[in-house]
Amino acid sequence: MIAGLGLLVGIVLGLLLRPEVPLWLEPYLPIAVVAALDAVFGALRAFLDGIFDDKVFVVSFVSNVLIAALIVYLGDKLGVGGQLSTGVIVVLGIRIFSNVAAIRRHIFHA
Amino acid sequence: MPEGVGMSDQNSSPGRDRLLHALRRPGRGQVAAGVLLAVVGFAGVVQVQSTEQNDDYEGLREEDLVQLLNSLSAASQRAENEITQLEQTRSSLRNDTDSRQAALEQAQQQADVLGILAGTLPAVGPGIEVTVKDPGGKVGIDQMLNGIEELRDSGAEAIEINDAARVVAQTALEDGDTGIVVDGKPLAPPYTLEVIGEPKTLTEALNFTGGFVADVEGPLVGGEVTIEQKEELEVATLSDAAQPEYADPLDTE
Repeated sequence: MIAGLGLLVGIVLGLLLRPEVPLWLEPYLPIAVVAALDAVFGALRAFLDGIFDDKVFVVSFVSNVLIAALIVYLGDKLGVGGQLSTGVIVVLGIRIFSNVAAIRRHIFHA
Repeated sequence: MPEGVGMSDQNSSPGRDRLLHALRRPGRGQVAAGVLLAVVGFAGVVQVQSTEQNDDYEGLREEDLVQLLNSLSAASQRAENEITQLEQTRSSLRNDTDSRQAALEQAQQQADVLGILAGTLPAVGPGIEVTVKDPGGKVGIDQMLNGIEELRDSGAEAIEINDAARVVAQTALEDGDTGIVVDGKPLAPPYTLEVIGEPKTLTEALNFTGGFVADVEGPLVGGEVTIEQKEELEVATLSDAAQPEYADPLDTE
């Protein structure tokens, strides 16, 4: 309940404030959002599995975001930023799909 | 990391139950999750908005921008080349027109010169007006031809007699019943010659000892000559340009 409310509050805040994305953050924000989504779906699955722990969630969330940003940063420095961020997106996408599949099995038994 | 653990495919209900339970009676653990989800929602919305409002180049990588810049500068290079080419075409066309214009002007000038020489154009300029009175009726082609030759000799450019006959290369003079006949046109005295040329030189050409004036005013002829120098006189009579029938221009190449 609180989690759903939090998501709603975040969306409304973003819509109301309409902040400018600072320039240095621009390459990392999309990757960070995808990484955070991965963490969220992982957490939801863990919750349905009955092994959810809020500390683990916080840590996995933060580390996911940081590692994704770090990989993109490294890629930019190495001159393969575009390819590497594509790779990160692919990997995170696969994980999101498998997590969503597990969640679906829990909720719909299918 | 929660993902590694989810192999427990036990009897289905507990997962759903837990979800419903959490929705109905939120606990302390949900606060952290709520905060993080708020962060995700916020960041996601911000990113979506910045993608949508995106000016095309914002958020592009350095290498993409460099590539973009390269392609743009290549395009501008092409455009510049085109400009240069078109400018060259323009200047060559302009040169063409200029040279055509020059040729046209030269041709026109030549046509003017030839027209004055051939008597097909009216002429205007400084010169003298010679009036020959002939009370005795004795002024004939001898005197007139001499006079005309003297005038030509001193650079007469256009000669007209009595406002009726233009004297050109083909002009023929004959003696007639009442005076001289020029190109078949009978003229009666007094004769008025309008001559375009350098007035002083022309006057002297007629006045020298034993020349035209002396000849006409001499005791044998008994005429009278008055010469008037004019700043500007008009030779308006035209002669028909005879089309040469036998003479062809010789190719001089």
